[in-house]
Parts: sequence; C-alpha cells; structure tokens
Amino acid sequence: MARAISTRSKIGWTFAAWAVALIIFFPILYTVITSLKTEPEAIAGFNLIPSFTLENYVEVQTQRDYFRPFMNSVIIAVGSTLLGIIIAVPAAWSMAFSPTHRTKDILMWMLSTKMMPAAAVLVPIYLLFRDFGLLDSRIGLTLMLMLINLPIVVWMLYTYFREIPGEILEAARMDGASLWGEIWYVLTPMAVPGIASTMLLNIILAWNEAFWTIRLTTTNAAPLTAFIASFSSPQGLFWAKLSAASTLAIAPILIMGWFSQRQLVRGLTFGAVK
Amino acid sequence: MKLKTLVLSLCSASVLAFAAHAETITIATVNNGDMIRMQKLTDDFKAKNPDIDLNWVTLEENVLRERVTTDIATKGGQYDVMTIGTYEVPIWAKQGWLLPLDDLGADYDAADIIPAIAGGLTADGKLFAAPFYGESSFVMYRKDLMEKAGLTMPDAPTWEFIGEAARKMTDRANDINGVCLRGKAGWGENMAFLTAMSNSFGARWFDEKWQPQFDQPEWKNTLDFYVKLMNDAGPAGASSNGFNENLALFQQGKCGMWIDATVAASFVSNPKDSTVADKVGYALAPDNGLGKRGNWLWAWSLAIPAGTQKADAAKKFVSWATDKAYLDLVASKEGWANVPPGTRTSLYNNAEYQKAAPFAKMTLDSINSADPNKPTVKPVPYVGVQFVAIPEFQGLGTTVGQLFSAALAGQSSVDDALAQAQSVSVREMTRAGYIK
Repeated sequence: MARAISTRSKIGWTFAAWAVALIIFFPILYTVITSLKTEPEAIAGFNLIPSFTLENYVEVQTQRDYFRPFMNSVIIAVGSTLLGIIIAVPAAWSMAFSPTHRTKDILMWMLSTKMMPAAAVLVPIYLLFRDFGLLDSRIGLTLMLMLINLPIVVWMLYTYFREIPGEILEAARMDGASLWGEIWYVLTPMAVPGIASTMLLNIILAWNEAFWTIRLTTTNAAPLTAFIASFSSPQGLFWAKLSAASTLAIAPILIMGWFSQRQLVRGLTFGAVK
Repeated sequence: MKLKTLVLSLCSASVLAFAAHAETITIATVNNGDMIRMQKLTDDFKAKNPDIDLNWVTLEENVLRERVTTDIATKGGQYDVMTIGTYEVPIWAKQGWLLPLDDLGADYDAADIIPAIAGGLTADGKLFAAPFYGESSFVMYRKDLMEKAGLTMPDAPTWEFIGEAARKMTDRANDINGVCLRGKAGWGENMAFLTAMSNSFGARWFDEKWQPQFDQPEWKNTLDFYVKLMNDAGPAGASSNGFNENLALFQQGKCGMWIDATVAASFVSNPKDSTVADKVGYALAPDNGLGKRGNWLWAWSLAIPAGTQKADAAKKFVSWATDKAYLDLVASKEGWANVPPGTRTSLYNNAEYQKAAPFAKMTLDSINSADPNKPTVKPVPYVGVQFVAIPEFQGLGTTVGQLFSAALAGQSSVDDALAQAQSVSVREMTRAGYIK
C-alpha cells in the first residue's frame, strides 16, 4: 500500500516537474515556432502550427552578418569567464580558508554592487571607456562583463571552497606545498565541479547580458544581443524575422546548456545536502 | 620579367595606398523598411564614393535614442551620422551638438524639401538635419465597413463624426472594433497621439509662462472623449497597444478606423501583408472646428554630430541618402510605392508616385497642415506638434502617458489622471527652472 502511494506520488511529482519545465521553456519554443512563420502568420494571433518557412532565416542572414556578432559573443563570454575565475579563485580561497571578522561584510558588499541599477553608472562608465579607448572593443566588453559578474563568481566559489575540509590544505602545507601549489594542485582539482558550474553559469550570464553589450559597442565588438536588437522595429511588423534572429542568438547557449546540464546541476547542488 | 614585377609592385602599392586612404563612417539608424532598403542600396553610394566605407549600427528606436544621446553628450565619437527625430533636432542644435547642413553639395536641392518638414529641422535659419522620411498622421478607414454603417467619410472629418462612425462600425460579435488608437504609455506612443489630438480640442501642455494646463477644460474634454470612445468602440486591452499592435489589428481586419502615422498607409495597402489592402480609404486627421487638426509631424532625419572627425565623408553620405536622386534610385530598383515618403515636394508632383501611392495627396495635405512652430489654438512658448521640444519632455511625457494609459485601462478616473498629470508637471517644471 505504502509502495502504491509512493509510486503515485512519484508520478505526480514527475508530471508537475514536466509541467513547470514546459511553462519555463514555452517562450523559447514559441520563439522558434514564430521564426518558422510568415510575417502575416506571426501577427495573426496564437498559433502553434507554422508554415515551416525558412525565409526569415535567409532574410536575417542577408540583412546582417551573423558570424561576426557570434564570434564576438564567444570571445567576450569565454574571455570574461576565464578572467573572472583567475581573479575569483584566490579571492574565494582567502575568504574561505583565512576568514577575518570582516569577511562576511566584504562578501555582502561585493554582492551589494549587483543591486545597483546599471543605468545609474552608465555615463561615468561610458566616459571611462571613451578616455581609455575601450568603446566598441572586445577587451573593454570582456573587462566590463568580468567585473559585473565577479561578485557572483566569488560568492559561488566561496560556497564551494567552504565545503572542502581545511585539514586537507593543512596536510598539503605540512608536505611543503607553497601557497600557489596549494591552490593549484590541491584546492582546484577538488573544486572542479564547483568551478566548472560557476564557469558555465558565468558564460550564460555574459552571453545574455544586454544592457552594457548594446550600449558600449557599435560594430566591431557588437555581440549577438546587439544583433537581436537590430531587428526590433517601432514601425513595421518584423516579428517573424525578430524571432529568427533571437533563435540564432540563443541556439548556441541552449545547445551548450543542454550538453552540460548534468555538470551544471551537479555543481549548483554541490554541498546542498550534508 | 623585371618590368612585370615592377608593374605588379606598383599596382600592389597603389591598392595598399588606396586601402589606407579609405575612410569608414559609422551610421546609427533605426530598423524600419526604408532604412533597411537604404542599407541594401549602398552599393550605389560605394560606386560613387569608393574611398568611403559604411558601418551600420541598427537599433530599436528607444535604445538608439538613448545611445546616440549618451554618445553625443559625452563626445564619445562613436557615430559619424545619426538618425534622429524632429524632437531632438532643435534641442541638440541649440546645444551645439550638430553640424549645420547648409553645404551638402552644389547639386543638393534643399529648396525641394517640404517646408513644414524643413521647419522642424531648422534652428536659427540653418538646417541641422536632412530628412530621410517624413510623416504626419491621418485617418485610415475601412470603406466597406463605413458603407455598411451607412456613412460617408468626408476628406476632413470632425471628432464628432469619428465618434459616431466608430460606434456604428463596432461589431463585437465579429471582432470588429470601430476605432483603434494608441494606448501604450510613452511620450512617443500614446502621448504623441493624445498631444496632437488635444491640439484640435484647443488644449496645450503649457501656457506662455510654462504653467502646465492639465487643469483646464480643454484637456478634460480631450481625455474624456478619448476614454469614452475607446471604451465604446476600441479593442480590448487598448492600453497596451502602440503602432505595431494597431497595425496588426488593422491588417487582420479588426479595426474600422485607425488614426496613426501616414507611413502606415504603405503597410495597410500592401496585399502581401494586409487582408484589407483593397478596402482602405484615407482622410485628414479630425478636428473640432477650432483651426487645428489632430495630426502630428515627424521626420526621421540624418544629422552629423559636431565631434566627428569625418565630416566631409559624412556629408557626402547624408547628401546621397536624402537627395532627390536617391528617390529615383529606390524607384528604379524597388518601385515608386517603396520610395521614402514625406520629404520632398517634387515627389508629390510626380505622376508615377501618385499612381503607385493612392494616399500621396492625403499624406502631403496632412504634413502641410501641421505647424511645429504654432501647434496649438492658444499661444505656447514651445516648438513641436505632438511633443514639447525641451529636454525634460521625454521623462515628463512618459510619466503623463502612464497616467493617461491607466485612465484608459480603468485603473483611475479621467479627473484623477489629469489632477496627477498637473501635479507632476508643476513639480517637474519648477524643479527644472521653467516656473520661477
């Protein structure tokens, strides 16, 4: 009897999980469906059956070059992630294994910078970028995205590192490991799942960031967010084309997320049950 | 062999020298049919100016406005040519942010620009932006539904007629709304329509001393009429509808009338996208017999920021894109119906264009009936038909637009919306130093 209830409950929860997943995924699915419609079909109201035309994809590629913004997105997302990890690992290590009475305040202060509205610092940042010649450059955007995501990266790594027993590091020190040796050869391999999931999350955040990537670029460094924005129109219905552009922009990160979901979930739940 | 090597070397050196000399200008623009067409036709510009390369930055209107404003205010120098609207030109020209365009070449026919459009782009007698396409607003209506309602649309209707026709054309059972009007909040959305409409009701944003006028009966009459009309004959969820949403409704045959930008005529009359293409008639924007119609005036124009290092190349591009010859180029490649409208008088005298665009005369009459320098029945201290050309208007217009959109959605009464609009406007204008 108990087993029957358990099975029914399991089916119920599975069904609920699928329903929630479908609700979350539906906007993406509808974007893909709309991209396969003609423009009159796209404005005609809710309809899940498109005419499966590819003309929007052809038109999007004819109007704008996809490859350049795609490469910019890859370089900026991966570059900012690697740079962020290089800076965040030592920072998280020091806070996790050599905490002071100010550590929690510092962590909170770092996180509080994420609460600031980006528009409030647009003009000072724009002036800095102008003065340092970083406007419309991949380096400038890589630095910017690294900085805005750094608090989250440090927080996540700090959480993972705290799960690693300090005694292991002490043992390494007793065996004569230097500071960098301790971080590189002992700590990092043990925290690989956490570092990997942090990197994946950071790549997703950097790939999707639209406020700064649209405002600090023009043509040379413009990533896929700017590519999508260029298809939005105040006068004229280009919803099917806009959906095709969006699909092209989100496809790489969706595919990456699909293949790495096991790693991502493992990392995100690391230390959750103890 | 030596001679051949020498010739090849010279050729290579020439190519390299030429490549080094080539100048690239960056153009910021909005994404609409006319601008996309221009990007496709740039081979013609390149053929005439092989030493100039073009970089395009295409953005949504509001993002573009924010980006070019940030760039020009901080002298970021990211753009050499900017697409800006009639609202920005007088403000930016006054700030010294734009180069005057009084030397666009000997062949450039500046006198051919429609005077009302040129007036909105001129400051201190100098043209600061060259219009790429211009628009006013007018009534687009379904001839079949009008006939069914037993009415005939006059060329110059009154608001009373529009109200009567809208209510008679409404057929909720068949999903037909008598009238579709903008309701989405924003200074360039519902407030563009409502400000132009209020002009015909005798209202104004400010008196000569910059005192807000939302507590006056003219604004009450405007907003009362609008909300009642939309409740009786407008589509459901109208407070979320802007240009694109109403365009979709009209093209699907769900609107009896639509009062909006004249450029919409080319969309609703295009059989490829519109199900009612052969049933659309046009009329001037309505009035109340007070001497002003409820139509606006707008032009997307090309301007050159004062900080550009490539002014000569930028001027060559602006001259190419906004001259009469460009209209001929578009006509030869894409047909007269696709020529950017509303900028040149000669276009409206062209028999081929009149044939291809049945709305041409009504568009020109609408443009000519709007006067940005004298937009209202009573005198005002500002320029602009559907906006007030002061920097504070973007924020203030959007705030008031949100209040009026809430009144349309039934979240507040007309009286409450007007009282709050008055209070907000007085506070903002005092803070900005207009009210002493």
